[in-house]
Amino acid sequence: MDLKLLDVEPSEAERVVVDLFTGMGRDQLLPALHAVNDRVGWISQGALNHICRVLHVPPAEAYGVASFYSLFSLSERPAKVVHVCVDLACQVNGAKSLCDRLTSELGPAGARSGWLRSPCLGVCEKAPAALAFQAGEVAKEQLLAPTTAGEVIAVAAAGPSHVDGGRAEVPQAGAAGLRLLKRVGVVDPESLDDYRAAGGYAALRTALHLGPSGVIREVTDAKLVGRGGAAFPTGRKWDATARQPVRPHYLVCNADESEPGTFKDRVLMEGDPFAVIESMTIAAFAAGCSRGYLYLRGEYPRALHLLRNAIARARERNFLGDNIMGHEGFSFDIEIRRGAGAYICGEETAIFNSIEGFRGEPRSKPPFPVESGLFGKPTVVNNVETLVNVPVILTEGCEAYTRVGTSGSTGPKLFCLSGNVSRPGVYEVPFGTTLGELLDLAGGVPPGRELRAVLLGGAAGGFVRPDELDLPLTLEDARAAGTTLGSGVVLVLDDTADLGAFLLRIAAFFRDESCGQCVPCRIGTVRQEEAMARLVGRRPLTTSAEDLQLLKEVGQVMRDSSICGLGQTAWNAIESALYRLGYAEEAAS
Amino acid sequence: MTIVEIGLPKRLVELTLDGEPVRVLEGATILDACTAQGKSIPTLCYGDTLKPANACRVCMVEVEGSRTLVPSCSRKVEPGMVVKTDSERTNHSRKLVLELLGSATDLSTTPHVDEWMSACGADPSRFGPPAPPSADRDDRHPGEHEEPDGQTAATVRQPTKVDNPLYVRDLSKCILCYKCVDACGDQWQNTFAISVAGRGFDSRISTEFSAPLPESACVYCGNCIEVCPTGALSFKREHDKREDGTWDEEAQTRTTTICTFCGVGCNLTLHVQDNEIVKVTSPHESTVTHGNLCIKGRFGWQHVQNR
Repeated sequence: MDLKLLDVEPSEAERVVVDLFTGMGRDQLLPALHAVNDRVGWISQGALNHICRVLHVPPAEAYGVASFYSLFSLSERPAKVVHVCVDLACQVNGAKSLCDRLTSELGPAGARSGWLRSPCLGVCEKAPAALAFQAGEVAKEQLLAPTTAGEVIAVAAAGPSHVDGGRAEVPQAGAAGLRLLKRVGVVDPESLDDYRAAGGYAALRTALHLGPSGVIREVTDAKLVGRGGAAFPTGRKWDATARQPVRPHYLVCNADESEPGTFKDRVLMEGDPFAVIESMTIAAFAAGCSRGYLYLRGEYPRALHLLRNAIARARERNFLGDNIMGHEGFSFDIEIRRGAGAYICGEETAIFNSIEGFRGEPRSKPPFPVESGLFGKPTVVNNVETLVNVPVILTEGCEAYTRVGTSGSTGPKLFCLSGNVSRPGVYEVPFGTTLGELLDLAGGVPPGRELRAVLLGGAAGGFVRPDELDLPLTLEDARAAGTTLGSGVVLVLDDTADLGAFLLRIAAFFRDESCGQCVPCRIGTVRQEEAMARLVGRRPLTTSAEDLQLLKEVGQVMRDSSICGLGQTAWNAIESALYRLGYAEEAAS
Repeated sequence: MTIVEIGLPKRLVELTLDGEPVRVLEGATILDACTAQGKSIPTLCYGDTLKPANACRVCMVEVEGSRTLVPSCSRKVEPGMVVKTDSERTNHSRKLVLELLGSATDLSTTPHVDEWMSACGADPSRFGPPAPPSADRDDRHPGEHEEPDGQTAATVRQPTKVDNPLYVRDLSKCILCYKCVDACGDQWQNTFAISVAGRGFDSRISTEFSAPLPESACVYCGNCIEVCPTGALSFKREHDKREDGTWDEEAQTRTTTICTFCGVGCNLTLHVQDNEIVKVTSPHESTVTHGNLCIKGRFGWQHVQNR
């Protein structure tokens, strides 16, 4: 293919960082864009041209990819910028007044005024949050959480002062009986020795002893299902991949956690990064994968730093590489891929396109990933929390594991508590704990306030009412109650929360994050937001009843005919607010 | 001697289509099965010379056991499949998809769309009056948009792009079916001059940095225009004649001949109006071109009518 490039050259700084990719291929497009963005803060025509020259990518396609991600800018902007979260948990915790002050002191949101509105940053337990970024020879990122307008203004002027953010809130840290969180907040996340002293890599040893089919049998018998939201049986996924004669097989760890209100995977990766690496290694062994990709969302600088360290330490001690732990013929290594601000890339096939250097658009299924996934090869995609359950299963045994939880939903589950709750954070409980018990664990709503509603499962989930707190948190009970646990979001709203504004944010989120590929989602999310704006603002086109009818019809076509889960669930939370919480009557009155 | 590839023998697959048992060759799509039964399913992003893009969702049908509707243009038939093309769900989906498209896009030059809309009772105007055209669609940033008040319906209306003597890009008519991108890219032309850029509702077909076509990799083969289902891409000549009201398809004859420029022997179909060539296409079923041409065959015909 002959490339025709625009007649523009890169700056010296841009050339130097892009030249490091010489000899590499299309799948390095996203890393190369990151390299330029980290160095100069935006992607100029000259820089994109040079990337295309080095990686041999047509410039129109590279432009299509770069313009897909919200963390990249294709027009000039200053090296310093603060991303201020305006998403669900932060909105409940004062993001609006924070943004109002920033608008009056720095000017309206935009790169020129040094701050941008951002979707969920995944630090909902410390809302309101902001992430400061500064490009340079060493790019700096600093998480501000919880933050204030004063702090954002100061950091917007001075730039981030250190590389990563503070520790996560894990209220249960160190408590007895924890399985998934047992090392979080207890061991040094940078030390492989600490990890091993706390039981690390015992499970991989067991796995190598059991053999691939033995591991799959244990995971299948433990009835482990995916924790990313879809609850697909993990053992079945691994088995179907392992049986594919085509080689190589790939493993993708989906750490693109971007569902508003979700931060459990961040807590695991920051608190126990070696467990993620060990779990991936076990999965790779079971499904016959020689290479793993850890797709990490772009807004998690601390997790990135700790995972990079964990991979390097694991390589040094032969926990990654060739003949792992002396097991002849088992070779596996992991590459971290940073996302760049696109919720859709957490969709299990969009993640492949993103890694391969294409736009993060979901693929049509069938074929399913187990048959044709990353680079067209059989691929296992698992969420971080799902994987971290595997060492628990192998060390405790599948029988002990199935005694945790209920018969239909086995094992421990992480829930992300945020919003109007006294002690927000990630909580580990067995499946079957009731919603009320979970809220009590987190201290309930702040004193003197009344519970208004709980958003379960995130923006793609649904609301439940205060009279439904006896709902046992299991997959089967949630399904029977017409709701979902999704990715484990438990976002609490009390009587001070502005439900209308909250729903508008959900609608805006889907409009922003739709990839644009299919009509029902691309246009449906726009019409949904417009109708919600009329409903909440009490300015119907004709009558509110008409707007409610439009919402229902648009919701139905998104659910029935969208390509992927984003569009299919874009109406869930709003539908449940209208009809389960009764907002429809409130708005129509 | 002509060698005809007959391939491996294929089995017949039996399925139920709207209550009737039907048998079609394995590997066929549901759309193929419908066509064989004389059922007409509307399609927009489907192209007879392209791989299915699955994007427009106009052709969705119901398959028993499937949680969502499925695109008939790409889903292959399976033994025992029970397909409904005319259920409440499929009709609702078709109506809404057409309404959504019609509310955001100018479909005035999309063939058949009026019939489809009236057949299912689609009324795109119920989402509100269309918002005025915007000139900033090429510069929108993903993940950001202005908060709507809901009093108008957002559209893709924008100024028409005329930056060269051969093509017109009227992206107010673009439904993002991906066909032009696929024809320009690895499915036919391998030029890669255009791609989908941006995200969500602000996605658009674009060159790098929205550069004018003459600065891009475009080679003016016209193959993108050939596959465009809505008239968003058109030949400048056709566009101008439509503008001044002299485009008259009824009065045009079509004559298929062979291109005289090189030895490949591409089939050309000359569209002639008032004894003047107004457009050149190529038959999709031609095994040489599959509907594709190069700039010479497509546009190099002025000498024919030098009088």
